[in-house]
Amino acid sequence: MEAPLAIETRNLRKVYGSGNTEVLAMRDVSIAVRRGEVVALLGPSGAGKSTFLTAVGLINPPTAGQIRIGGQWVLDGPRALVDLRAFRRQHIGFVFQKSNLIPFLSARENVQVAMEINGVPSREARRRALALMEELGVADRAENAPAMLSGGQQQRVAVARALANRPSILLADEPTAALDSVRGRQVMELFRAVAHQHGTGVIVVTHDHRALDVFDTVYEMEDGVIRRAA
Amino acid sequence: MNLAVKDIRHNLGRFVLTAVGIGMLLMVVMGMGGIYRGLIEDATLLVERIGADLWIVQRDTRGPFAELSHVPRSLVYRVQVVPGVVSARGFVFHTIQRQHERRPLRMSVLGLDWPTDKGDWLPLVAGRPLRQNHYEIVVDQSLGLCLGERLRLGKETYTIVGLTRGMVSTNGEGMGFVTLRDSEAIQFDTPPEAVHLERAARQRRSQADETFLKQPLLAERLSQPANQLPAVPAPELSAVIVRLTRGTDVRRVVDTMAAWGDVSVFTKADQEELLVQGMVDKARRQLGMFRVLLTVIAAIIMALILYTLTLDKLHSIALLKLIGARNRVILGMIIQQAVVLGGVGYVIAFFAGQKLFPYFPRRVVLTEQDLTQLAVIVLVISVLSSVLGIWRAMRVEPNQALMG
Repeated sequence: MEAPLAIETRNLRKVYGSGNTEVLAMRDVSIAVRRGEVVALLGPSGAGKSTFLTAVGLINPPTAGQIRIGGQWVLDGPRALVDLRAFRRQHIGFVFQKSNLIPFLSARENVQVAMEINGVPSREARRRALALMEELGVADRAENAPAMLSGGQQQRVAVARALANRPSILLADEPTAALDSVRGRQVMELFRAVAHQHGTGVIVVTHDHRALDVFDTVYEMEDGVIRRAA
Repeated sequence: MNLAVKDIRHNLGRFVLTAVGIGMLLMVVMGMGGIYRGLIEDATLLVERIGADLWIVQRDTRGPFAELSHVPRSLVYRVQVVPGVVSARGFVFHTIQRQHERRPLRMSVLGLDWPTDKGDWLPLVAGRPLRQNHYEIVVDQSLGLCLGERLRLGKETYTIVGLTRGMVSTNGEGMGFVTLRDSEAIQFDTPPEAVHLERAARQRRSQADETFLKQPLLAERLSQPANQLPAVPAPELSAVIVRLTRGTDVRRVVDTMAAWGDVSVFTKADQEELLVQGMVDKARRQLGMFRVLLTVIAAIIMALILYTLTLDKLHSIALLKLIGARNRVILGMIIQQAVVLGGVGYVIAFFAGQKLFPYFPRRVVLTEQDLTQLAVIVLVISVLSSVLGIWRAMRVEPNQALMG
């Protein structure tokens, strides 16, 4: 039996500017990612990957098209069907390429704050944060400031934070860009592990072709058009 | 989890330095308020302490604190017979500047009407009130003089027998208390050469006056000092101060005395109002305006500091928004930091002020009411000054976190 859909997009279009300066950043982008599935999105700069990621991350709504996350329609074109910030808090996790931890919080607090923002009591959030960090192999650095962690450890903490509220979908924007190939691959394998263990759909935007074997599905994007890679 | 406290702990050194800066600024605001209050207290101190219900001064003058006022000594006796008067005594007040121990000594001298008034009402911190009619003086400790020290004033030497605290004139000068006669001697001290010249001039004038030619004895008397001449009035009082029987109709007594053509009468409240509204009004208003300006400047500086602190956190704020933090989480963080900064600054201002204000040349009086008022002002400007930072934080888009 197939896992339920984590996210589904239908005919997403995004137009920037108007008239002579009009740019079509996404053209009828339709994809579906199931829970536990790990998807890579490849493409050159300016292909529309970030536009797609911010659209499905409910940060930058599309001009047209629909988005369904965790079985619930959330956007119909630019029109929000739910409270986007609250929905993002509960259903979407983000991981970025660097500088993605809050510098004045410890590693554990970076994970804990995501849960507290979602209404989890402080004591419970702390316990769950430590458990997640244990699972991701960074529990021994829990009380360290982000600046004291290596790039790979920072990314593990960021993944822990992204998973803090058990999201339907985890979006990662070039998460290995600041890492060497060994650590880059470790992070990609980590995504695969958490996707399978937590039943979270994962979309990773990457330029890194060396770890593509980790992904269940690979998409390529060019000039705003998305297609499944061979 | 308190994000404001976490951020402060992360940048503790910078926060402490900023708080010290704000604290120093608030200390100046606090000090300005204290000087303002001290000015008013100093102005009314003597009137409060001396225990007079009425002040009788030269007609159409505002009394010895505002301008020159001369009333005859006999006025004391005239006043004493007015129904409702318990006691009346002379009052002499003037400011002198002399050399003492090779440094200038500026002092306001107040004459006590011996033996009625020996200075028992003075707030002594050491020594005793006056016990003899001459050559003793009680001084305020702000003058920096010691008990038993001897002061040369005019032709006489006075021994310091008592020290007071907080007895300063409207100008902020420490006061000295001697008997009326001694205060007159100090006020009208004339150098011997001037006495000789005046005596010679008097002799010359008498030779041209038929009265003196007809009465040689009168001419001989002109060689005596001026204050011993029966025809020339002795130096006069600055005012007469009056105590009334409890329950007396003050207005009736005032009307009775005011009907005399040579004096004006002020109640204690009138005198205080004259001092506050007249003597120190401009200084008071100026200090008040400075205080307002400094408060506004403190608010602007705090706003800029909080804005800068917010700018430093823009990426973190974008991250918080991206992971779904409500606006009130971010608002709370900025406002709490503003209030903590203002609060810590206020505490620093208070304790630094406690240490520094006693060294100020003028008295700085911190009243509970003023401190509470300033605390409320600090709270308000802390919240208001965070508006700029909040405005900037609210404009941050969550996708700014993606920009790295």
